[in-house]
Amino acid sequence: MAKREGLEVSVAVGDAAMLSDADVVSAYPITPQTHIVEHLAELVANGELKAAYIPVESEHSAMSACIGASAVGARTFTATAAQGLELMHEVLYVASAMRFPMVMTVANRALSAPISIWGDHSDAMAVRDTGWIQIFVENGQEAVDNVICGFRIGEDKRVLLPVMIHLDGFALTHVIEPIELPDKKDVDQFLPPFKYPLPLDPEKPVTMGALGSPFIYTEVKWGQEINLEKAKSVTLEVWQEFDKLFGRKYSPIEQYRTEGAKTLLLTMGSYSETAMVAVDKMRGDGKEVGLLKLRLWRPFPYEELREVVKDADTLIVLDRAISFGGPGGPVCSEIKAALYEEKKRPRIIGFVGGLGGRDISMAGFEEIVNRGIEIARTGSEREFEIYGVRE
Amino acid sequence: MMATAVHGPGVITELEPFAPGHRACSGCGEALAVRLAAKAIGNNAIIVNATGCMEVVASPFPYTSWRIPWIHTLFENAAAVASGAEAGLKALEKKGKRPERNIKVVALAGDGGTSDIGLQALSGALERGHDFVYICLDNEAYMNTGIQRSSATPYGASTTTSPAGKESLGQVTWKKNLPAIAVAHDIPYVATACPSYHRDLMRKVTKAVETPGPAYIHILSVCPTGWRCATDDAIKVGRLAVRTGIFPLYEVTNGQYKMSLSLTKLEPVENYLKTQGRFRHLTEDTIKEIQERVTREYNKLVELAGKPGGETSSE
Repeated sequence: MAKREGLEVSVAVGDAAMLSDADVVSAYPITPQTHIVEHLAELVANGELKAAYIPVESEHSAMSACIGASAVGARTFTATAAQGLELMHEVLYVASAMRFPMVMTVANRALSAPISIWGDHSDAMAVRDTGWIQIFVENGQEAVDNVICGFRIGEDKRVLLPVMIHLDGFALTHVIEPIELPDKKDVDQFLPPFKYPLPLDPEKPVTMGALGSPFIYTEVKWGQEINLEKAKSVTLEVWQEFDKLFGRKYSPIEQYRTEGAKTLLLTMGSYSETAMVAVDKMRGDGKEVGLLKLRLWRPFPYEELREVVKDADTLIVLDRAISFGGPGGPVCSEIKAALYEEKKRPRIIGFVGGLGGRDISMAGFEEIVNRGIEIARTGSEREFEIYGVRE
Repeated sequence: MMATAVHGPGVITELEPFAPGHRACSGCGEALAVRLAAKAIGNNAIIVNATGCMEVVASPFPYTSWRIPWIHTLFENAAAVASGAEAGLKALEKKGKRPERNIKVVALAGDGGTSDIGLQALSGALERGHDFVYICLDNEAYMNTGIQRSSATPYGASTTTSPAGKESLGQVTWKKNLPAIAVAHDIPYVATACPSYHRDLMRKVTKAVETPGPAYIHILSVCPTGWRCATDDAIKVGRLAVRTGIFPLYEVTNGQYKMSLSLTKLEPVENYLKTQGRFRHLTEDTIKEIQERVTREYNKLVELAGKPGGETSSE
């Protein structure tokens, strides 16, 4: 029987990759991802994880080596953050377009300049369109569970795509939380061995990564789009089965105290935890406020979003990244687009906050909600506001 | 039993993992280098190709020239993808998930993909000691994109981004010495080769494949399109590159240098330079400067090898 114990989230994420029986780990150290890969290197060194650990010379090579390993049929894991994710940017597109399943945890961190090792979602938003399945988690348990689910989702023959698990740098990676690590035998039952349909194999030669002329490129991209859209139903299926076996439910958008809520706040990642406390406080004060936690970022859960906001008057979206010179928060922008055609939709108010590791306290979330309600009533001169900025 | 046919002075396998019908320019020395290398590599291998001429000409979907497993992803990462494939195979075999078949991973990349944009990935893979072969197909410029200079372009060559003009003699830097950089990684095997010496090339590739750990082979590949020479001259020009000492053939086994040919006297570099339009603007003074440098560099190599040449190799 699996037991709950206090574990550093990074260590637990490494353990999840071990429980998933990863064959290859290829990684380059970057704060705040380091504890994940250090732990994996240790597990390999001690023989607890039977895997090849490739200590590559850059993140570009980390992702490239992951592709090579996945192409020969190895279950592959890596982790990175911020500049590292950006350095592997072009390789990310290749991993998804060439249909190589693997799991990568991103310890979300702000992008330079100025250099900041602290958390926000700039790195995640910069890789939004790379064709990966992307899941945001809000605590250590979710990180562990979704690493295991990630392999199962990505390796499903209907999917065959890489999966990115976003967990906030420091706020999640470096904290000790009560976490239940599943038993190995249960994981083995849940996660069948990886069988890539056509790996690189001299017994059955294949050509991978051929030149795509204009007559075929569009069709390849269309195929990729259809495939990623379909990955949603597989993701739901896998989460349901995970729930049956392990008793923990996951959904694309989780609702917290949304019954009868006229105002909804939407957050991603670890901020959802503080936001829940803020919602409790506001509910206690008699305010009809609820929380939406967006977990499945790609493929984007359009139906689920439309369903959960239909009775609200105001939807306040908190982004942790800026689309400069554009609509402000990329998440808010997408949500506006997703709801534009709806006959009945809430006013959508965008905030950007928590950049470069700046905390938002419980009182801060309350302030954001109050200001959002005020803007919904009176309007604002700006497309979005940055919470707490000193102008 | 390996199928063979009588060919020239020796016997060369009929095996053609790199099939005819690819779209290389006529007279391409690089396609010939790949064909010969592929014969030596054999069927029990995985090819990791960087972006470049050989990737483009060999894989226009839905065609492929490769009869053995082949993967191309990006320009600068062939060594890194090869690292992952090699480590993946080893891990799967160790865990009993794949049968042990001693499959060799071979990376192919051009001079730009090796000496410029891919140098970091190559250095990393050599340093980590992956059991693989890296072959640099050096045609001395970015030919695939239209003859732009690379760090492997020789001094004085006119390219589209190092054009000769009133104020410039063309490429103003000396060719980066990639084999020396490979040797500096203390890997078990490094060699230079040229398809003009096809048996020497195949022997070296075979040796590289049989060597456990990283092996690096640098192949000079004459490019009639970019060098502006006759399309039926690739073999001749390659031979002159070797005989003038501009591109010496040698191998370095566990740090020990050995010259591949006994050249008692080098031909003047001018004999080589005058075969190609990219050098046509060179003045006597520049040719003299090149001659002095080539002689000096060649003598350094001979000194490293301890004697002027190893066994006499047939051409």
